[in-house]
Amino acid sequence: MSEQERIQKQKSERAKTEQAEVNVDTTKGDQLKNDLDDLLDEIDEVLEENAEEFVRNYVQKGGE
Amino acid sequence: MQVPKVLGIETEYGIAGGPEQDPIFASSIIVNAYAQEGRTRINWDFDSESPSSDSRGVLNFASFAPIVETHLANTVLTNGARLYVDHAHPEYSSPECRTPLEATLYDVAGEEIMLRAMNVSNLSLDPSMRIALYKNNCDGKGNSYGTHENYLLSRELEFKAVVAGVVPHFVSRQIIFGAGKVGAETEDGLEQNPAFQLSQRAEFFEEVIGLETTLKRPIVNTRDEPHSDAERFRRLHVIIGDANMSQVATFAKLGSTSLLLSLLEAEGPKIFPSMPVHPVQTVRSFALDTTLTHAVLCEDGKKRTAWDFQDELWNLSDSFVKRTGAQDVASEEEVALILKHWREMLDGVRDNPASVADRVDWVAKLRVIEGLKDRYNLLDNDAKLRAVDLQYHDLRNEKSLARRVGLQELFSHEQASEAVHNPPKTTRAYFRGQCVARYPEQIVAANWDSVVFDLGEGPLQRVPMLDPLRGTAELTQGLLEKNATANALLKAMNG
Repeated sequence: MSEQERIQKQKSERAKTEQAEVNVDTTKGDQLKNDLDDLLDEIDEVLEENAEEFVRNYVQKGGE
Repeated sequence: MQVPKVLGIETEYGIAGGPEQDPIFASSIIVNAYAQEGRTRINWDFDSESPSSDSRGVLNFASFAPIVETHLANTVLTNGARLYVDHAHPEYSSPECRTPLEATLYDVAGEEIMLRAMNVSNLSLDPSMRIALYKNNCDGKGNSYGTHENYLLSRELEFKAVVAGVVPHFVSRQIIFGAGKVGAETEDGLEQNPAFQLSQRAEFFEEVIGLETTLKRPIVNTRDEPHSDAERFRRLHVIIGDANMSQVATFAKLGSTSLLLSLLEAEGPKIFPSMPVHPVQTVRSFALDTTLTHAVLCEDGKKRTAWDFQDELWNLSDSFVKRTGAQDVASEEEVALILKHWREMLDGVRDNPASVADRVDWVAKLRVIEGLKDRYNLLDNDAKLRAVDLQYHDLRNEKSLARRVGLQELFSHEQASEAVHNPPKTTRAYFRGQCVARYPEQIVAANWDSVVFDLGEGPLQRVPMLDPLRGTAELTQGLLEKNATANALLKAMNG
């Protein structure tokens, strides 16, 4: 393999790797979004139904 | 001089519900319920009394006279911790621990203790009176309560040096250890009208240095109450900081602070980053900046962001560890783990917050807040978002959001349960906890630096424990195991 060819081969391999990384990242992004959707579904289920009242009634005395 | 960084955390829990919505009564129920569950009936620094445990095994609060004397709800536990009513909150003060990881375990054990106390209390309360506990620091209406860290320092370190060393850390560490908050609640905070702040506590700080903890809260608290030999030790009482739901955040917060204090003892404050010119404004403005780009003017004329401060402090700590090993903080392995999490969290909050949503509380909370905002097209101040903020810290399993957001855990449930009952072996908390477990009938009181025995005859006998590093398992386990009774123990100790 000539020097030129070797460089081109390296370049194309690097490009392939980069391509692969980009693909992984996209999948990861989708995965994160799906995870968040699942999490929000779960949170919707346990969140106090009357948020307004729940928040209003939470009054503490100072401490420390 | 450097001293081992013995440390611990005190946490006042938020409390809702209870008979007549009275938080003092509700807090007393929580503490007494746990005490009566058989863990301990030892009072904190007061003469003994016998809470009437119900022979049916289930507590019957209807038979309780309203508890007004707060000493009725002030106990020391077999794990060496103190559980009591402070103002209008149940408070868990962890036992003294030898390393940040151990102190994190005993903070997690505190959550478990509060959870058990809450569940036992609710068994006997009318559903309309059920109690809920929150590991948070504010109510959204301008009331704040504390999570205080304590670190053992050498008395040789001048207080002035402590201030110069810790202020840069205390104003900036919220970017990784802040628990996050929707909106604002103090007069100045409301003027800024933020959608979200990094810290629960930041807007409540009004002074740089001071003795107060409830009014005019200072960044550096001057309370000088070492609970140990005052000629050798200081106790740094840190009141600026949020209660963390993330175990890793608690660990890295304790670890980074311990490393910096150890470095300060070893090399003095000159190598630390310059103080911000206006520390109080700095704490508040950093909290308001979720983009982490806000820079403040420092005494050396340079401008620094919170991230810059933390980066400098991390590099100082890393170099200190490389040069010395920092064995006064923890083992080589544990110190490496502190530096690893601290670095990753720091880079993560700036470069890729999603990558640290499993460790940084404010990031985890904000992810949910923004997710719901998008999903339902909510305004910044929607009650639903405030409910998320509150429920993130809810201890009730069926309500807790922190348990659902995928936070990394450092300890198994078995490890936490073990720490609920048993003291750390590495400090005087071992002797305290073991005495409470072994000789409950003979102990009339215990506090941080002594245990008081009543042997039934003669005067009360106080066993002083002025050195937090004595009374360890190594030093006292044999003695405790050899002596089945308190009489025998004291005879052996006096002989």
